[in-house]
Amino acid sequence: MPETASDSRLRWRCRRGMLELDLILQEFLDKGYDLLDAKQKQLLDVMLEYPDQLLFDLLLGNMISSDKDIAQFVTRIRNTLRT
Amino acid sequence: MSIQNIERRRFDALIIGAGGGGLRAALQLAEAEASVAVVSKVFPTRSHTVAAQGGMNAALANVLPDNWHWHMFDTVKGSDYLGDQDAIEYMCRAAPKVVYEMEHFGVPFSRLDNGKIYQRPFGGQSQNFGGDQAARTCAAADRTGHAILHSLYQQNIRAKTNFFDEYFAVDLLKDEAGNVLGAFVFNIHTGEELIIEAKTTLLATGGAGQLYRTTTNAMINTGDGMAMALRAGLPLQDMEFFQFHPTGIAGRGMLITEGARGEGGYLVNVKGERLMERYAPKAKDLASRDVVSRAIYTEVKEGRGCGPEQDHVMLKLDHLGTDVIQKRLPGIRQTCITFLGIDPAEHPIPVYPTAHYTMGGIPTDRFGRVVTPVKDTPEEVVNGLYAAGECACVSVHGANRLGGNSILDILVFGRAAANHIIDYLKDVRYHKPMDENSVDRAYERLHRWDRTGDGESVEQLRKDLKRTMEDNCGVFRTRDILENGVKEVHKLQERMKNARITDHSGLFNTARVEALELENLMDVALATVYSACARQESRGAHSRIDFPERNDIHWMKHTLFFRENCKLDFKPVRTKPLSVASFPPKARVY
Ligand SMILES: Cc1cc2nc3c(=O)[nH]c(=O)nc-3n(C[C@H](O)[C@H](O)[C@H](O)COP(=O)(O)OP(=O)(O)OC[C@H]3O[C@@H](n4cnc5c(N)ncnc54)[C@H](O)[C@@H]3O)c2cc1C
Repeated sequence: MPETASDSRLRWRCRRGMLELDLILQEFLDKGYDLLDAKQKQLLDVMLEYPDQLLFDLLLGNMISSDKDIAQFVTRIRNTLRT
Repeated sequence: MSIQNIERRRFDALIIGAGGGGLRAALQLAEAEASVAVVSKVFPTRSHTVAAQGGMNAALANVLPDNWHWHMFDTVKGSDYLGDQDAIEYMCRAAPKVVYEMEHFGVPFSRLDNGKIYQRPFGGQSQNFGGDQAARTCAAADRTGHAILHSLYQQNIRAKTNFFDEYFAVDLLKDEAGNVLGAFVFNIHTGEELIIEAKTTLLATGGAGQLYRTTTNAMINTGDGMAMALRAGLPLQDMEFFQFHPTGIAGRGMLITEGARGEGGYLVNVKGERLMERYAPKAKDLASRDVVSRAIYTEVKEGRGCGPEQDHVMLKLDHLGTDVIQKRLPGIRQTCITFLGIDPAEHPIPVYPTAHYTMGGIPTDRFGRVVTPVKDTPEEVVNGLYAAGECACVSVHGANRLGGNSILDILVFGRAAANHIIDYLKDVRYHKPMDENSVDRAYERLHRWDRTGDGESVEQLRKDLKRTMEDNCGVFRTRDILENGVKEVHKLQERMKNARITDHSGLFNTARVEALELENLMDVALATVYSACARQESRGAHSRIDFPERNDIHWMKHTLFFRENCKLDFKPVRTKPLSVASFPPKARVY
């Protein structure tokens, strides 16, 4: 679970306008965040800049990102939900 | 920072909240060349309006015959005759214009082959005052809220609205005469406080779905503006009316939009029976939300629920075929796959009512002005204060909101409030001096969380509150249950006095934000459960087992809850529309 100021900032940015995103992102922060390396944290940072609707479409599988790293990272987040 | 050193900034208008309501108002004001500040605790386009995927109502008559007067009838009937008919007429008449305006601002509404805006049927819509199903809901595919929010945000950037993103509003600031003169806010990034002095303040802080454990609402919907109004000595109106959406994913809360039933989906019980045929023979699965929610609750209570715990019913879409589901309801399929691991093209979806919409709120008139009873006057205007959107109660939804009417409400009344503010600003040219005591109080409320030592955890209290509200102020209510609710919420408030947070840093102190939000939820919970306990009838979303009938003789009135001594008051419903005959109360049959 994130703890430094920049981590709290990240946590706040995971507060979104849609319940679905709150649930997925909070669960991911709790279960998967500590296991991320610096590059993956950066990817999460990039994704959190996306508009809610786009993030929703990616995380709910309505759309696959053309950026391979992001696409893989989305799969990782989705898989965390099933563990 | 010491209180004397807090920076002060001045604007003509302060808008707290950057959802559809706040942004629509801000745009109108900025275009009229007022100086406007918009404060939002999250980045504006992450406001909850983004979640409104279904659409907004307007009698455009593009798919089936329609007119504003039928829309008005449906809204009055949907409100179970508790809606104020002057405001409802105003909203339904304004609706087509507001849709075209949004189109002009850049919202890409879905189209028919003839190029006109596509409209889908939603629950509670009829032609000819209760006749055949109407099709009144305009949508931008299933991303209407997103499109509205982004278009309005872009327009505001163009119009040079001043945004204070990720600022948290703590409390309203006033003078001794009770005029509202701005708000005390702080920057969530740095912790720095700021006093915003404004000639007018508009609350547009959205709903309070986080009162309940199972909800469709995002975590940001904590009723902050409503609680700010309460603390400023103002009442909240009709808080007993909380809409439960009939089709939330069982156990998780996420919404399966009414559009699913609009496109032909239907509910079945454990025996595979189409249950709505019994509860609403004509409208069936498109009956209004409270009717469908109660039907599901009753099926489960009477032992016809599905699943190992028999605690939900099923929404069937599989007969529509993969193509229709993919084309018309693309999001729903993936939601089910992601959260449930099932494909609705093959399996029915487990659903149960979920807390969805706060019909009650800060009382306003149809110009968005906040009104409160003073002596014998039931609606005295509070100078300088406006409210619009889900935090307000104007009241167009009365005891029950129709799907697609909320986005309409936030845009119509966000705009109306701004128009009134523009006029008000012509007369009020200077900033009035603040009562510094109101600044002190807001400062103290914020800094109370600097206390150290052991105490109750905010997270645990929040969980307990949500459970208490679900158990004691949910879909079905009795006196005993509600009285217990009142007692339990009071106990939680007592425990709250002893709550502590462990993070005392200034930078991104989200623990402090969550503590302030919980305080807000506590006040709004009290308003809700007290009002529900008082109303001894069943009307719209408020359903009392011990008072199963609507009682127009005693209860055709609005409830007002005040924080001081948890006092209740009542005021009459405005049954007189602006230009047409009023719709007298009738049995609400679908
Ligand atoms: C899942 C879902 C689907 C829906 N679908 C539809 C639909 O299809 N059609 C329809 O008509 N309605 C729908 N609704 C209802 C509708 O979305 C909302 O009622 C409406 O969007 C509320 O808009 P608003 O402008 O009042 O507030 P919001 O959009 O909730 O915005 C509130 C704003 O206030 C700010 N804020 C709150 N507290 C503070 C504070 N203390 N300090 C600073 N800022 C603060 C927030 O940051 C935010 O910017 C839906 C609701 C849900 C939950």
